[in-house]
Amino acid sequence: MPSIAKPTAIHPSLHRNELGLTIRDYEGSMSTLCAGCGHDSITAAIIRACWEISLAPHMLAKMSGIGCSSKTPTYFVSGAHGFNSAHGRMAAIATGASAANRELTYIGVSGDGDSLSIGLGHMCHAIRRNLKMLYIIENNGVYGLTKGQFSASADVGSKSKKGEPNRMAPIDSVALALSLGATFVARSFSGDKEQLVPILKAALSHRGFALVDVVSPCVTFNDHAGSTKSYLYTRNNMLKATETDFVPPASEILATIGRNGAVSVAMHDGSVVRFKGVPPDYDPTDREKVLDYLSEHHGKGEVVTGLLYIDESVPDMHELNNTPAQALAKISFEKLCPGSAALDALQEDFR
Amino acid sequence: MLRAGVEKAVRVNDFAIKLANVNGTGSASANGLLMQAIFRMGIPVSGKNLFPSNIQGLPTWYEIRVNKDGYTARALDYDLMVAMNSQTYERDIREVRQGGYVLYDSTWPLDPHLHREDVTFLGVPLAAMCNANFRESRERILMKNIAYAGALIAVLDVDMGVVEQLLDEKFARKKALRESNHKALHLGFDYARQHFDPLPFRLEKMDANRDKILIDGNTATALGCLYAGATVAAWYPITPSTSVMDAFTDFCKKYRKDPETGAMNCCIIQAEDELAAIGMVIGAGWNGARAFTSTSGPGISLMNELLGLAYYAEIPAVVMDIQRVGPSTGMPTRTQQGDLLECAYASHGDTKHICLYPANPAECFEFAVKSFDLAERFQTPVFLLSDLDIGMNDWVVPRLKWDDSYRPDRGRVLDAAQLEQIQKFFRYSPEDENFVAARTLPGVSSKGAYFTRGSGHSRTGAYTEMPDEYQEVVDRLLRKHRAAAKFVPAPVIERRSRAQFGVVTLGGCDAAVREALDVLQSRGIAADFMRIRAFPFPESVEQFLNDHEFNFIVEQNRDAQMKSLLLLETGVAKDKLRSICVYGGFPLSARRVTDRITSQLGELTERAVHS
Repeated sequence: MPSIAKPTAIHPSLHRNELGLTIRDYEGSMSTLCAGCGHDSITAAIIRACWEISLAPHMLAKMSGIGCSSKTPTYFVSGAHGFNSAHGRMAAIATGASAANRELTYIGVSGDGDSLSIGLGHMCHAIRRNLKMLYIIENNGVYGLTKGQFSASADVGSKSKKGEPNRMAPIDSVALALSLGATFVARSFSGDKEQLVPILKAALSHRGFALVDVVSPCVTFNDHAGSTKSYLYTRNNMLKATETDFVPPASEILATIGRNGAVSVAMHDGSVVRFKGVPPDYDPTDREKVLDYLSEHHGKGEVVTGLLYIDESVPDMHELNNTPAQALAKISFEKLCPGSAALDALQEDFR
Repeated sequence: MLRAGVEKAVRVNDFAIKLANVNGTGSASANGLLMQAIFRMGIPVSGKNLFPSNIQGLPTWYEIRVNKDGYTARALDYDLMVAMNSQTYERDIREVRQGGYVLYDSTWPLDPHLHREDVTFLGVPLAAMCNANFRESRERILMKNIAYAGALIAVLDVDMGVVEQLLDEKFARKKALRESNHKALHLGFDYARQHFDPLPFRLEKMDANRDKILIDGNTATALGCLYAGATVAAWYPITPSTSVMDAFTDFCKKYRKDPETGAMNCCIIQAEDELAAIGMVIGAGWNGARAFTSTSGPGISLMNELLGLAYYAEIPAVVMDIQRVGPSTGMPTRTQQGDLLECAYASHGDTKHICLYPANPAECFEFAVKSFDLAERFQTPVFLLSDLDIGMNDWVVPRLKWDDSYRPDRGRVLDAAQLEQIQKFFRYSPEDENFVAARTLPGVSSKGAYFTRGSGHSRTGAYTEMPDEYQEVVDRLLRKHRAAAKFVPAPVIERRSRAQFGVVTLGGCDAAVREALDVLQSRGIAADFMRIRAFPFPESVEQFLNDHEFNFIVEQNRDAQMKSLLLLETGVAKDKLRSICVYGGFPLSARRVTDRITSQLGELTERAVHS
């Protein structure tokens, strides 16, 4: 496939972040997805979030599996290494990559087929390990690259392009993650960058596994009347449960009072997630209440969005394994190999 | 007892015994105690544990072969059977050689139909003695084993001082257990001394084990991973490989705790399945850590998908395959060399992998280290194909040696300074003399950033669906695999004067095949020996095959997988290779090899006469 070159000229008026980089420095190559694809909007949100938090491009690792969503890491932060692996296996590969080098920031981009069918087990276990990464599911309810089969996230009654309704119950990634003990769970909509960018920034500061499910309509196979993953359906039925601001570390934290008594959550890295508004009785740190809220509104056909649940108290995989602060891949060989004297001594046990 | 012929010559340090037990009754420690005591007496010895895939209640056997000349492959002729399992009495008693002995628990009378005129029965009232001397029911069961060990010590002349010393070491902190063991040992010992004459075979101290250790292959493999500097290990529990990771975990606790920070310089992850285990290894290898998984055939089947990714995207990964009997679940606690083809060509599409075939725990240690060097130098998966016999049995091998000047071969990895000096980095070009292109690690420099993919890519690393660009890369991969032949362990070749043919084998068949060749030599049949130690095959492998009019390929699988691999990967003519496959699941014995070679030679002669 011929690659499509992007113009490299940068307008002098573009703002620079703390690293002196403009937002253009966080772009990747030109998208080859369909025009209007929700995934491209998510890519734009990732670019903005990474630029705003001044993430050094080479300290990012972009992980993905297979599918339309998994192609997108090519479209952002070209200065970062990317790994477009195998269908469903991204979480496993990211786990090993993180084990070897915890100093990097990991963004995994997956889809509903990749995460909720072929790779469901790996995602569940990455959640259990509280692997420190931002894990995005670009959720469109359909297999795009193989032309329109239902995915496991398709709602009961949602119709395919040919008009056939899905009759099997969906796997809801948000409810599943909460039931597995996930420590950061959010849902957003590709058409709502205002909401998505702060969520992504908060997710990148989270202590462990941050699941961000983004409803991302497939313009080619699942954007018709009768689909519950279309632009129209999502706009009409979206319920913003929470609104959040992300305050990076060392910034001045202004006391704000939200609509219904806001909550601020201090992140492990010193930043703060500030909930500007939450519904009465909604507590984004109370797993049971969040599940009840989701279940109540899901029953009404509503798509509940926002940073829905957060818990910064749970140690991540590295803390659980007591690994050093430095990347294991960088530990000197001299520290790793016990040497001949130790081997001689040890072998007395084998006599 | 029936008096054994007093005139009969006594065989010293040359016999085999078999112990038939019920699993889960604690017999393993008694059997291991005997084996270790004989080892400490300086006598060449081997122990083969033939255990079931079960925790309690099924038949289990342990075989000990003692041989002053160092022939310690599995023997099929048992001089003494310790029959402790009434479920298998019939079969066990049948297996004793003519003139041999059966030691049994005479608390209950032996069914008369089990009696054999040509063997001597040594009855020891083990249960009665233990019931009289121990109160707890579990202790009575456990101590019965130690009591029969005591009786064996008496009739075989095991050095009691050595045994007492071993018990002192084992129970240094468990005084009560030490007491019980001592008591049970002497119950059996005293009874045997009082009731039995010396047997016509016995032990005598030697000095053959001064520079030897007693170790199983899985422990040695784990030790190799520790010494190679592996930091990430991911695995899913599976027999018979589990003890690799158990041992690695124990070694890490001992040697990898950072004295300054208290942190563990390793990350061992029990994965959700083998798909994930190999995925984690690949992720870690991509990030520059030495990473490995340990598994067995069923795990390799699951790993096939991502092994192809690692091969095609050129990511180092090390897989310890402790082979068991397949296909499917097969026989998890029986041994086989059944994964040779599966590993050599793992995954869909055109793939070829580097495989190493250790013959014993010493080579497991050496080759484990080598696996990481090869994986990083050639940026590809490397398999170490051990098996249940090597991995889980204790072997007497030369002391392991470590060269402190060893430094890992990290292969071609560009650092930030090297990246600064080049115009533009491309992942898959330029290549070196071994057809390897330099890689970069994440977190070093944006100049080295690239997109790793299992999809079609060109020499620059860019996505492609163009035939010429695709082919250029996969053709280089083939050349790279061939180049590895110069770096893998060379075959072990031993030539004899006036050899009539070649005998080729691999892995744990080594001892049995060597013994078989010595037996054949004593019958006037001389053959050259070659043990293949790696794939891709070094040139000397093909040379050896062509040097002989014909060659027997001895291996432990039904389908002659090594022979197939030789036919596929060398230019040797098909009629030069003849197969000897022994694949029932127990370790190979020399007699199987001599019998099969003799009969095939007979057929060849007959054919020559008729033509």
